[in-house]
Formats: sequence, structure tokens, C-alpha cells
Amino acid sequence: MWRAFALLAVLMSVDAQAQTLVPYQIENGAIATSLTGQPGDPAKGRTIVVERQKGLCLLCHSGPFPEERFQGDLAPSLAGTGSRLSEGEIRLRMVDSTKVNEKTIMPPYYKMDGLGRVAASYKAKTLLEPQEIEDVIAFLVSLKDEAQK
Amino acid sequence: MNRLVALWLVCAALPAAAQDARKSGFAFMGPDTQAMQTDDLANPGMLFVLEGDALWKAPVGASQKSCASCHGDAPQTMKGVAARYPDFDEATQAPIDLAGRIIQCRAERQGAAPPQREGHELLALTSYVAHQSRDLAIAPAQDARLASARAQGAALYSTRMGQLNFSCAQCHDDNAGGHLGAAPIPQAHPTGYPLYRLEWQALGSLQRRFRNCLSGMRAEPISAGSADAIALELFLMDRATGMKLETPAVRP
Ligand code: HEC
Ligand code: HEC
Ligand code: HEC
Repeated sequence: MWRAFALLAVLMSVDAQAQTLVPYQIENGAIATSLTGQPGDPAKGRTIVVERQKGLCLLCHSGPFPEERFQGDLAPSLAGTGSRLSEGEIRLRMVDSTKVNEKTIMPPYYKMDGLGRVAASYKAKTLLEPQEIEDVIAFLVSLKDEAQK
Repeated sequence: MNRLVALWLVCAALPAAAQDARKSGFAFMGPDTQAMQTDDLANPGMLFVLEGDALWKAPVGASQKSCASCHGDAPQTMKGVAARYPDFDEATQAPIDLAGRIIQCRAERQGAAPPQREGHELLALTSYVAHQSRDLAIAPAQDARLASARAQGAALYSTRMGQLNFSCAQCHDDNAGGHLGAAPIPQAHPTGYPLYRLEWQALGSLQRRFRNCLSGMRAEPISAGSADAIALELFLMDRATGMKLETPAVRP
């Protein structure tokens, strides 16, 4: 039954770019398993985090990126994320931070429903691809040192 | 006795409570940009004001009337007008912004081609008219028929929009004073428009500024002169009641 639904949804998504979300489960404030079934690549993850048009992270966060000027100050430093949060907790915050803090300003990186007035060129697209999210998670897990600059 | 003390405390606390935490975008700029705004010889917006002065006096269109033919001396007749707009338009029974009113006068009363939104001619005329209210306190129109549009603007301002799921309020109320990357986040007061934005290298309207923020949010644009744009402007002007107009301001 659910599979038939999913098939229907795929058939109805005329837009070739339209994605359907990989299903995931939130349990105990975390999404335990990889969205792709594959581990992430921390080096690729770092690149996404510092790329302003892609990850956007440094618009709000600072972190151990000495080469990056102009880091934002609206959010905690990403340094030490891997010692504060588990991989699954980081995954939930990447997928949809409103599930942790309803009022958060952090954008949902893996969400399409419930967003209003999305510009045409971004419709039916998530901010990042599932594997990109796994790459970012792998990188954040590796940030163990709170004091790292 | 206790009541007296309490009363005294309340009175003493009043000035502090009444202190205005609102700040114009001017306050968030570096000293160089501030100096560029306050020195009329350095302010690029003043060129548009001068041009507006010439346009004000030039007869155009089928009527061969100038703005001055009907409105006389702008420093007298246009003083305070921009501080009150948007206002309610009897003809269309809808809210109208200052630029919309000028388009209306040019097209219907002068019989000329309606000027384009964000076009040079309209920006010059609008900044000339708004400049006549420089240093005056924003005093929104009190017409009750504006209330529903103003409320619609307030709702838009606090609604999450776009792929990034931000509301205007999340940046301009909750995070004003913080930095988005390098940019200080101002409180979004519409005190300076039309204004010269260094990033544009041009003069632009408040509604053009909305487009910039909306595109940053990856949200649908709100077109200039639309009911939504005027509603947002009505709300922001109301929120800035009592703050001084700076037209033409300069912003980064
Ligand atoms: C628009 C601002 C904004 C952007 C962009 C943003 N974040 Fe956040 N993020 C926040 C805020 C604010 C918090 C603090 C918690 C909250 O308010 O939800 C946060 C919290 C987090 C946390 C949890 C931190 C902790 O120690 O609890 C992680 C991890 C995180 N962000 C990672 C990222 C990554 C990675 C990116 C880019 C892919 C990113 N964020 C982009 C604003 C942002
Ligand atoms: C992610 C944060 C963010 C969001 C969301 C946002 N803005 Fe802005 N806004 C900014 C920043 C940063 C600036 C200043 C830009 C600069 O100086 O380069 C700005 C500038 C402005 C200004 C100019 C103020 C002045 O002094 O002239 C106005 C008006 C404004 N925004 C309105 C809005 C409205 C309306 C919305 C919602 C549709 C909105 N903004 C959403 C960050 C934001
Ligand atoms: C033929 C006479 C005429 C000409 C020419 C004319 N206007 Fe008007 N203007 C009016 C009238 C009448 C109103 C009042 C409209 C109303 O309230 O419905 C008005 C209203 C305005 C207002 C709003 C004033 C307020 O207090 O609400 C502005 C601003 C304005 N005109 C600007 C201009 C400009 C700029 C020009 C030249 C481009 C111009 N007008 C040319 C007749 C004219």
C-alpha cells in the first residue's frame, strides 16, 4: 500500500528535478541511521560547511576554520560538536532543526513540505543532498576539541 | 508609605522603560558610510533629489502641466507627505504607496507615460518628494481602512518563508545587532528610502530592498507596488512611528 503511494508520488512529480525524501525515523532526539546507508566523507563535509553558497553554515556559525574570515555570530561555534552531540543527534539537527527547537533560525537541510513561498528555482529541492548531509555529519563528528580555533 | 515608595519607583523607572531601543540602519554603519550620508556633497542620493527638483518643475504629457502647476512649492506642500505614506487611495479604494501616488499623478493628471517602478525618473521624483520630509518624525496615516493591510504586513513579517524557512522577524527582531557572515543585521526600519545602496551602486526603493532579503531567503519575490509589498511597507512604517526620515540615506 505505502509502496503504491510512493510510486504514485514519483509518477506525479513531473518536474524532473523533484526529489522524494528518503524516509527516516526520529527516536530519542536523534536519527540513528545514515540517510543513504553509506558513511560520509569528512573532507567533503568540511568543504560544504565553509562554502557560503552551499552549506551557508558560516553565515551564522563560527568554527575551526582559520582561513575563513567573516564568520557569523548568531549561533554557537561548531568547534567540539562531535564531543557534545552524537552522530544521530547531529543528523536530526541537519535534517530539520525545528524538531529540536521549534523557533530555531537554523534552516532545515532535508525538508520540502511545510515550507511557504519557496522561490521557483528552489521548489521541490532540499538544501543539501542526502549524501552531502552525511558528509557534513562525518565532518562534525570529527570536531572533538571545544577549544580548537 | 509603601504605596508612595512604589509610586516613586514606578515614576523613576518610567524614563528608562520609555527609552527607545529602535535604531535606524544608519546606526549599524561604519563611520565612512555615515559621513557619506550626512554630507550632501558626498551623498550620491542628492543627485537624484536635484534631478527630481528639475522634473518637478518641467511641464510634461498631454496636459503640459508640471507637478508644480498643481502642487506649487514642494518644500511647503510636500513637507510631511512621505512621513505619512502609504495612505488610502479613494480612487482604487486600496492602500497606495508614495511611488504609486506619483505614478498616478504622472499618468492620470499630467497625461504622460506612467513611469516604471525602480526607473530613474520615478526614483528621482520619489526621492525629491521624500526629501521634503527629511528629519521629520514618521507619522503613519490614521485611516481605519488601512488597518487590515497593516495587519497583513505584520503577518507576512513574522511568517517563515522560502527554502531557508526564515521569517523577517527572526533576523530583524530576534537577531538584530548580530552578524550574518560579515553583515551587521539592522532592525529593518524604512527610514531612508529611496536610498543609495553601495552594493547596488544605485538608488533603490524599500521594495527593492525587500526583494534582496527575499532572494537571500530563497523565497518568491514580492513585486513592487503589489498589495503584499505595500502591506509590508505599511507595517514597517507603523513600527517606525516617531523615527526620523533620512531620505536620501546611504546603506552598505
Ligand atoms: C541561519 C543561521 C544558521 C545556519 C545557516 C546554520 N545554523 Fe546551525 N544553528 C543555528 C543556531 C541559532 C543554533 C543553536 C540552536 C538553535 O537555536 O536551534 C544552531 C545549532 C547547530 C548545531 C547544534 C550545536 C550544538 O552544539 O548544540 C549544529 C551541529 C549545527 N547548528 C550545525 C550547522 C551546520 C553544519 C550548518 C551548515 C550546513 C548550520 N548549522 C547552518 C543557526 C544556523
Ligand atoms: C537571514 C537574515 C535576514 C532575513 C530573514 C531578512 N533580512 Fe532584511 N536584512 C538582513 C541584513 C543582513 C540586512 C543588511 C544588509 C547589508 O547591510 O548589506 C538587511 C536589510 C534590510 C532592510 C534595510 C534596512 C535599512 O536600514 O535600510 C530592510 C528594510 C529589510 N532588511 C527588510 C526585510 C524584510 C521585510 C524581510 C522579510 C521579507 C527581511 N528583511 C528578511 C538580513 C535579513
Ligand atoms: C493636474 C494636477 C496635478 C498634477 C499635475 C500633479 N498632481 Fe499630484 N496630486 C493631485 C491631486 C488632485 C492629488 C490628491 C489625490 C488624492 O488625494 O486622491 C495629488 C496628490 C499627490 C501626492 C500625495 C499628497 C498627499 O498628501 O497625499 C503626491 C506625493 C503627489 N501628488 C505628487 C505629484 C508629483 C510628483 C507630480 C508630478 C510628477 C504631481 N503630483 C502632479 C494633482 C496633481
